Amino acid sequence: MSRLYEPAGGWRALETGAAWLLGALWILPLAYAVWTAFHPAAYSARFDLSAPLTLENFRRAWEAAPFARYFANSFALVTMVLASQFVLCTLAAYAFARFEFPGKEVAFVLVLVQLMIMPDVLIVENYRTMWRLGILDSIPAIGLPYVASAFGIFLLRQTFKTVPRELDEAARVEGAGPVAVLLKVYVPLARPVYLAYGLVSVSYHWNNFLWPLIITNSVGSRPVTVGLQVFSSGDQGIDWSIITAATLMTSGPLLVGFLLFQRQFVQSFMRAGIR
Amino acid sequence: MTTRPHVLRALAAGLACLAASAAAETEISFYYPVAVGGPITKIVDQMAADFEKENPGIKVKPVYAGTYQETVVKAITAHKAGTPPATAVILSTDMFTLIDEDAIVPFDTFAKSAEDKKWMASFYPAFMANSRTGGKTWGIPFQRSTIVLYWNKELFKEAGLDPDKGPATWKEMLADAEKLTKRDASGNVTRWGVQIPSSGFPYWLFQGLTTTNGVELMNEAGNETYFDKPAVVEALQYWVDLGRKHKVMAPGVIEWGTTPKDFFEKKIAMMWTTTGNLTNVKKNAKFDFGVAMLPANKRRGSPTGGGNFYIFKKATKEQQEASFKFAKWMTTPERAAQWGMDTGYVAVRPDAWQTPKMQAYVKDFPVAAVARDQLQYSVAELSTHENQRVTKALNDGLQAALTGAKAPAQAMKDAQAEASRILRAYRH
Amino acid sequence: MRNQGVIGWLLVLPAAALLALFTHWPVLGTIWASFHATSRGGRPAPWVGLENYQVMVADEVFWRSLWNNVWYSLGTIPVSVTLALVMALWVNSAMKGRTWLRVAFFTPTILPMIAVANIWLFFYTPQYGLLEKVTTSLGFPTHNWLGTESTALACVMVVAIWKDAGFFMIFYLAALQSIPPSLAEAAALEGAPRATYLRRIVLPLLMPTTLFVLVNAVINSFRLVDHIVVMTRGGPNNATSLLLFHIYQVGFSFWDTGYAAALTVVLLAILAALAIGQFVFLDKRVHYQ
Repeated sequence: MSRLYEPAGGWRALETGAAWLLGALWILPLAYAVWTAFHPAAYSARFDLSAPLTLENFRRAWEAAPFARYFANSFALVTMVLASQFVLCTLAAYAFARFEFPGKEVAFVLVLVQLMIMPDVLIVENYRTMWRLGILDSIPAIGLPYVASAFGIFLLRQTFKTVPRELDEAARVEGAGPVAVLLKVYVPLARPVYLAYGLVSVSYHWNNFLWPLIITNSVGSRPVTVGLQVFSSGDQGIDWSIITAATLMTSGPLLVGFLLFQRQFVQSFMRAGIR
Repeated sequence: MTTRPHVLRALAAGLACLAASAAAETEISFYYPVAVGGPITKIVDQMAADFEKENPGIKVKPVYAGTYQETVVKAITAHKAGTPPATAVILSTDMFTLIDEDAIVPFDTFAKSAEDKKWMASFYPAFMANSRTGGKTWGIPFQRSTIVLYWNKELFKEAGLDPDKGPATWKEMLADAEKLTKRDASGNVTRWGVQIPSSGFPYWLFQGLTTTNGVELMNEAGNETYFDKPAVVEALQYWVDLGRKHKVMAPGVIEWGTTPKDFFEKKIAMMWTTTGNLTNVKKNAKFDFGVAMLPANKRRGSPTGGGNFYIFKKATKEQQEASFKFAKWMTTPERAAQWGMDTGYVAVRPDAWQTPKMQAYVKDFPVAAVARDQLQYSVAELSTHENQRVTKALNDGLQAALTGAKAPAQAMKDAQAEASRILRAYRH
Repeated sequence: MRNQGVIGWLLVLPAAALLALFTHWPVLGTIWASFHATSRGGRPAPWVGLENYQVMVADEVFWRSLWNNVWYSLGTIPVSVTLALVMALWVNSAMKGRTWLRVAFFTPTILPMIAVANIWLFFYTPQYGLLEKVTTSLGFPTHNWLGTESTALACVMVVAIWKDAGFFMIFYLAALQSIPPSLAEAAALEGAPRATYLRRIVLPLLMPTTLFVLVNAVINSFRLVDHIVVMTRGGPNNATSLLLFHIYQVGFSFWDTGYAAALTVVLLAILAALAIGQFVFLDKRVHYQ
């Protein structure tokens, strides 16, 4: 975006102040998690700068479940889901954006239906389907119901619709087939959308809990959130020290990833935006 | 032409081999919840491995299934799809639900030898009250608890009370709480005298009041409730008055999950919570604390709580037999004692308390025995057909009374009407 | 072009097959189940027609949950969408410390709700919770935020706003980045002030995103209940029970699948009506290139 319409003068100070205040409020849960995770339990409700630091909470959290394996599983899960989503949603979105075929409107509404469905309500039915397919307790079983994502199809269709038809036609004149046009013209232009969608998808599946818990049984297929739930000890009340340590541990990779890549992330928007 | 029969024969031999190994090895999956802190999943895995060593031919696959609620959801979902676990630890109060879903079989079916029968009779009767109905035993106690009162000795001393003596009656608890409640100059409360949590499952703590007031909430068949009896209303009135009239407890609904922390932070001087919290309090309280049985009014008492072993109906005969063996192995006196010490739950059978290790533990940490001693007064936890629905009717009534939305008598009358409506179908 | 149709369907087919298997088929099953009583113990469920729907009319908890949900949606959607837009404008500008602002606004998307709800529970804890530390130091009396019927719903709404605004910001940011700088230059040449530029140029260009975000906000307000499960379990006295939470209780605590199916159908009908309404109403105001 151009720097022309930046706030100026006193207004600028005011907006910066407001932004910082809001940012402070928004980061509060994370800040609290960091404070509590690195201090002994006695300081989880007392903010004393002289409190001793400790890694004990992380040690306890790490030992409570086979987290190394869970991390590998979560990684495999989000990679698999994301890759399949990109392929399936791109193809479908391309069709909905640029092709005329009988039943297109109805088909699109049927896709949108999935935006509103809570997979949590369809658990029993979907469990039965997975059982019939013979893939209970596997990583594909966790991801499969989410692979054809209405969210992704809708988002990409919107973007593909904004691609000027002239670009499309120019490529066709050069003899490119529909798939080649998709790959050469549409996909590169939709890069920021893929990034935003990928981010949302990864964080959703990294943090999804109930369905993975129900559909998996063994250490070999369970994601980190299932391990995380060990700490919500119902009978004993909440042990914030260990919950926050486990939270930081499990969302750490996402957080570090975002910190490292947020610049590239936003810049790639820019490059695509200026086109 | 000559190769073919060979191939077939080899194949047949291979299949026979597979069949034989399948017959020799029974695999049982075991769903269990984690409701207390500590490396529980590791302990369970270790126990399963030890069991396999002693019982060649049986493989146990322990499956951590979340909280109690998530465990029952997972087990029933799997049951409905036709692939239930062979055995699971689920709340004792879910017994009727599991029976109504036709998901479980009684343990009596498998108890053939005199030794088996002796084992089934070896548990505290208070725990069996939630494990039997219609003359059959559907659950075997595994991780069970009761409610006890914890008090902060330091604060007792500060308020001029005897720090070594917790309140023994309702009256004493109220009197102590009045002395322990502290207000600042502007009249704001900085510390409450007592806390009985009321979020999530208030009915359980409420049973601590109804039991001590000499009244039960349901019948053994699980198809009748008595929420509107005068003694029940009286118990609720006492609870509500603690917060609203005497102002010695925070008004409104109090969160269960933060109650131990409130206690550690000295924001409350006494709390009611599960014995399962003992290890937690021992570790985190930076002051001397005492543990007492719940204060009595007409009598002593508390409901029991926690999880039982169940065996699932759709498992194969061999798996069920193996599950029976596993449950028996997991609840020997030594293991029951060890599990109690590891988790803070009450060891489920009297002879577990006679083991040398347990005796040494109690000698070192005498309050661990309070829950055991309370068992002789304990009653079954509220459990009926359509259990969670009936329980919710009561929970809503309790919360309505505690927040002041309804008067206690009205709240209990409404809860009873709702419960009777739900249970109508089960009264023939 | 005849083969347009064929190619179109071929492209849609893989996604359609999976959607049919994991969405449409179970939804049809749900609708079918809503006309049946709950099967107990493996016996087939008898057809009961509209009985489940009649039960619903008399179900006080259903009505309370529905009203709670209406207030919850009205309270969370406008606030979170507006905040999302403002946040996006800020982190898209050359503001000081915007890297940290981005991280801050982005945290809700990274932290799993089941864990973060416990942290919020601490914030709301009476006496020593974070909120209480602030209010009591300002001289207000202590208050049981989640344990009082009048404040509990507002408290869980704040958590939802926190979660949603950070999430929606990403979409606005992506959209802002794709606005060509030439538009700003042209506007500047005409001497348009900043407010005019934002209102007349930026906002209309963001309309497709706004539509998308709004649809998602509506859906989220009906389907995100993780924080309810952790923080209040619908209490006190159903004051924070939302529709999906009620469905979840009926379905997976009471195991009354027939009635849960009927409730689900009603929820789907509400969402479908809202979504279609939004598309029809807003599509007129959205301009695609």
